[in-house]
Amino acid sequence: MLLALNTSISFVTNTNWQSYAGETTLSFLVQMAGLTVQNFLSAATGIAVLLAVIRGLTRKSTSYIGNFWTDATRSVLYILLPLSLLFAIFLAGQGVVQTFHPYVTATTLNGTEQVIPLGPVSSQIAIKQLGTNGGGFFNANSAHPFENPTPFSNFIEMLAILLIPSSLTFMYGRLIGSGRQGWTIFLVMLTLLLSGLAVSYYSEFNYSKSDGLNLIMEGKEARFGPGNSVLWSVITTSTSNGSVNTMMDSLTPLAGMVGMFNIMLGEVIFGGVGSGMYGMILFIILTVFIAGLMVGRSPEFLGKKIEAFEVRMAIVAILSPNLVILMFSAFGSIITPGISSLNNPGPHGLSEILYCFSSAAGNNGSSFAGLNANTPFYNILTGTGMIIGRFGVMIPLLAIAGNMAEKKITPSSDGTFRTDTWMFGLLLIAVILIVGGLTFFPALSLGPLVEHLLLIK
Amino acid sequence: MLMESRQKKEINLFTGRIIITAFRESFIKLSPVKLVRNPVMFIVFTGAVISTLVFIKNLLAGHFSGFELQISIWLWFTVLFANFSEAIAEGRGKAQAESLKKSKINIKAIRLSSGREEFVLATELKKGDLVVCSAGSIIPSDGEVVEGIASVDESAITGESAPVIRESGGDRSAVTGGTKVISDRIVIKITAEQGSTFLDHMIALVEGAKRQKTPNEIALTILLSGLTVIFFMAVVTLPAFFSYSLDSSGLPKEMNLSLPVLISLLVCLIPTTIGGLLSAIGISGMDRLLQKNVIATSGKAVEAAGDVDVLLLDKTGTITLGNRMATDFIPAEGVSAEEFADAAQLSSLADETPEGRSIVVFAKEKYNLRGRTLNSAETVMIKFTAKTRISGIDIRLPDGKIKCYRKGASESIKKFIEDNDGFFPQNVKETVTRLATQGATPLVVADNNKVLGVINLKDIVKGGIKSRFEQLRTMGIRTVMITGDNPLTAAAIAAEAGVDDFMAEARPEDKLSRIRIEQANGHLVGMIGDGTNDAPALAQADVGIAMNTGTQAAREAGNMVDLDSNPTKLIEVVETGKQLLMTRGALTTFSIANDVAKYFAIIPALALPLYTSAGKPGPLSALNVMHLATPESAILSAVVFNALIIIALIPLALKGVRYRPLPAERVLGENILIYGAGGLISPFIGIKLIDILLNSLHLV
Repeated sequence: MLLALNTSISFVTNTNWQSYAGETTLSFLVQMAGLTVQNFLSAATGIAVLLAVIRGLTRKSTSYIGNFWTDATRSVLYILLPLSLLFAIFLAGQGVVQTFHPYVTATTLNGTEQVIPLGPVSSQIAIKQLGTNGGGFFNANSAHPFENPTPFSNFIEMLAILLIPSSLTFMYGRLIGSGRQGWTIFLVMLTLLLSGLAVSYYSEFNYSKSDGLNLIMEGKEARFGPGNSVLWSVITTSTSNGSVNTMMDSLTPLAGMVGMFNIMLGEVIFGGVGSGMYGMILFIILTVFIAGLMVGRSPEFLGKKIEAFEVRMAIVAILSPNLVILMFSAFGSIITPGISSLNNPGPHGLSEILYCFSSAAGNNGSSFAGLNANTPFYNILTGTGMIIGRFGVMIPLLAIAGNMAEKKITPSSDGTFRTDTWMFGLLLIAVILIVGGLTFFPALSLGPLVEHLLLIK
Repeated sequence: MLMESRQKKEINLFTGRIIITAFRESFIKLSPVKLVRNPVMFIVFTGAVISTLVFIKNLLAGHFSGFELQISIWLWFTVLFANFSEAIAEGRGKAQAESLKKSKINIKAIRLSSGREEFVLATELKKGDLVVCSAGSIIPSDGEVVEGIASVDESAITGESAPVIRESGGDRSAVTGGTKVISDRIVIKITAEQGSTFLDHMIALVEGAKRQKTPNEIALTILLSGLTVIFFMAVVTLPAFFSYSLDSSGLPKEMNLSLPVLISLLVCLIPTTIGGLLSAIGISGMDRLLQKNVIATSGKAVEAAGDVDVLLLDKTGTITLGNRMATDFIPAEGVSAEEFADAAQLSSLADETPEGRSIVVFAKEKYNLRGRTLNSAETVMIKFTAKTRISGIDIRLPDGKIKCYRKGASESIKKFIEDNDGFFPQNVKETVTRLATQGATPLVVADNNKVLGVINLKDIVKGGIKSRFEQLRTMGIRTVMITGDNPLTAAAIAAEAGVDDFMAEARPEDKLSRIRIEQANGHLVGMIGDGTNDAPALAQADVGIAMNTGTQAAREAGNMVDLDSNPTKLIEVVETGKQLLMTRGALTTFSIANDVAKYFAIIPALALPLYTSAGKPGPLSALNVMHLATPESAILSAVVFNALIIIALIPLALKGVRYRPLPAERVLGENILIYGAGGLISPFIGIKLIDILLNSLHLV
């Protein structure tokens, strides 16, 4: 019951946290009609909310910011369905299974019987990646050869994760009538992504040297190797996707921390479909408010004044997921139902709990799988966390959009604080890192950071 | 003149009396009822109370902790320093209010009731009463001159000692209670109830009694509260993570973080710097305006001034010198140029107005006529009076003849000549008309009954105003010149002054509609005005500055009053508004950037015992990049730095961040470098220094 509730919340909120193994738990019908449909709708919802927010910024003196059904339907029909079809056919061509045939029973070389699960996989994988959902058909997700058979499929699946979230920055630029703004945001996201990647790579390849080993292969799929595994881990955590081709739990402490931190920053480094971009707008509002004052004007974004209401809502939206991560993790790390799920003692155990609630609140869905999350405690708390993480951001942001739509637009001049320059980009990065860093530094320092320091000693 | 008056009014903030008062006030302001208005400081206050209680509890149990005592003391200091900043910002206003109050007490008035004069106390006066004021008496309340003309000393309000003329009718009819009549006798109709006079408002404003949070201040308070909640979460969850870590390190739960330590961490992280200085910044913004002799009716208006992007400027007095200057002498037929220049200069010697002086100077420069010594026995100066509107000189020549040089407007001179049986020549009349249509002001000079010629007085664009407008343009502010002149004259002056746009032949209703159009396009409009007919426009403008010389209606319609009645003030007001917002932004950025260093001081100190092996310090001590001596000194240093930085930044909060008229991009770049990067680096240095000091004094 609790698991079903948790799973439903998980797919509705674009999280795709999976406390179950798809191939042993769910029927084809549930996978296709239940989960895949939600994969489309939750992604379309993200785009629809983003469009409403953009209209709030561009329209003036009105209280209308668009129609959800129109936007959601168009997103599904014109973007998600055609792209999914294309990717599904391509992935099937690479060897991802797509069949209604029952599971195959095979006799292995040493004589035992093995059940090999099959199913309509390719169609689900395409939208799972494109819609930044991340819920795999199989428990092993994209580490499974039937979900991700070749290096080329691996590349295409990573591309699919980034495709829509990064395109949305340009859509945003076009809709607000300034391509530069779109580019600025794209570059901010790219910079953050590459910085995380650099730390992860450094960490993964540096430990190996100190251990006298060639490569750290625990938890990694031999077909992909550390390079592709780490790249995927960074992409999937920054985009709120949550699909994996490696065991996140086995990453080196710093690489694991990068993943966790990507989520903690609010899933705005490209982020989820729609949600990444609208989450970024939240940080833009915050940056404009803090730094905008320094040019001697009351802060304005795209000609609209940022006032008490916007600040209050932005704070609520930034606070909601952070509240879940910190409070729920703190709770989990002191009570028995929380600790008893742990597979690892010491700081890594704390990392597992932190990652679990970060993933839920950030609507990511990946996990440090050493933690047994299929317990009543975790099912209830992650379920609640996913709802707060999704709607605690979405609702205040829509309130901002509605309020902004009613405002007048001040034409820009030389005295206006510009949001399309490299300086603004740097400021935005600083605000994102400082807000995230200051909130989570104590927790992270007692989890992955201390684990890292213990390891290098 | 302006500078003089400003120096006169300057009250030094750091005089003993203000500091002592502020010191006392900082304790009075500890009242929780007052503190709760400022959520950030309220948290610090609560923390100080709790940590003091913990110290006392431990003391009673027989454990004296010097560390807990010092933490508690510094937490109290943090609150007191913040209160002190507010109190000292209010100090100057309060001192000024006191001197204003003095001019209020015991004023007696002569009331006219049914034709009889009776003595009453000023406090008994009602709206609509008629009072008589003659030379030497103090005007009892705000009113309008309904009869007579007088010169009034308004220095009690404006600090400007030169008297001003107040007369019935027109735009110069408003008088202010507390000012003094110097000459003549006027009848005044009282227009304000007691308690709501201009002086009362001014006292309330400078005292800060009516101070309300401005919209931007409210938004910023919300942001700071939000940050406080975030840090509260980060701190309140820490004991849980810590308890888990203690467990994993095999340490007892009793080693978990103590309340004073957690409170220290919280106080260091929440934005106390900006939280503590926020109200001081707001008060000092209004205060800086006051020093420029501008009274803002609300902080909101000061803030709006920073956002203004269209300025409507009256031509006269703002763009051109309020006074026209002599630019040309046009002699009448049969009069030589030198002869006329000589007469023009002589006739203006008694004319102390700027126009008159400009004639003397022009004659000197163009015709090389030096000011001459005149034997006072042989000359009689005829001063300019409002009634005759003529100035001049009578000179007894050695042959006994008397030369009567007179200068004035053509109408007045015509009357003078006709009174002396002369006639006013047609060609002079034509010259006068021609000059008048060009937007210039012609003055006619006569000798007895003979017209000598015409002096051409013209508008002179103020020196430096063009570069001022250029600065405004780089700041993104558009200037619109408003003038009653015809479009041709207006265009010429507009081009010369370098304004972006102009409105010629503007009537008051044109101003109003122009403001409405600009506002509908999303602009914020600032304007300055004086006349009653300006009142609607002043009320409509986002920032409306009324001149103190203006009418009561204008003063009530605007949201600021310029006591110097200097139209260029508008630009300074805009700059003050911008400075106010910049100071807030800069200190917010600084405050948040500070937190990075504080984490690096406190977290390694807290985590020192965790996951230790073989007696070595815990692995997280690697984060102790400042190499602070002990955990206690690290925490205490961070708390001390956090408190002292408030004191250190009080002068900046009061003076405001340096303002230069530059494009937004450059202003931002500079401020980020100073307050962002500076805020990141300075606490690393400061905390380290305090740590060295604390340890060398053996305080920890």
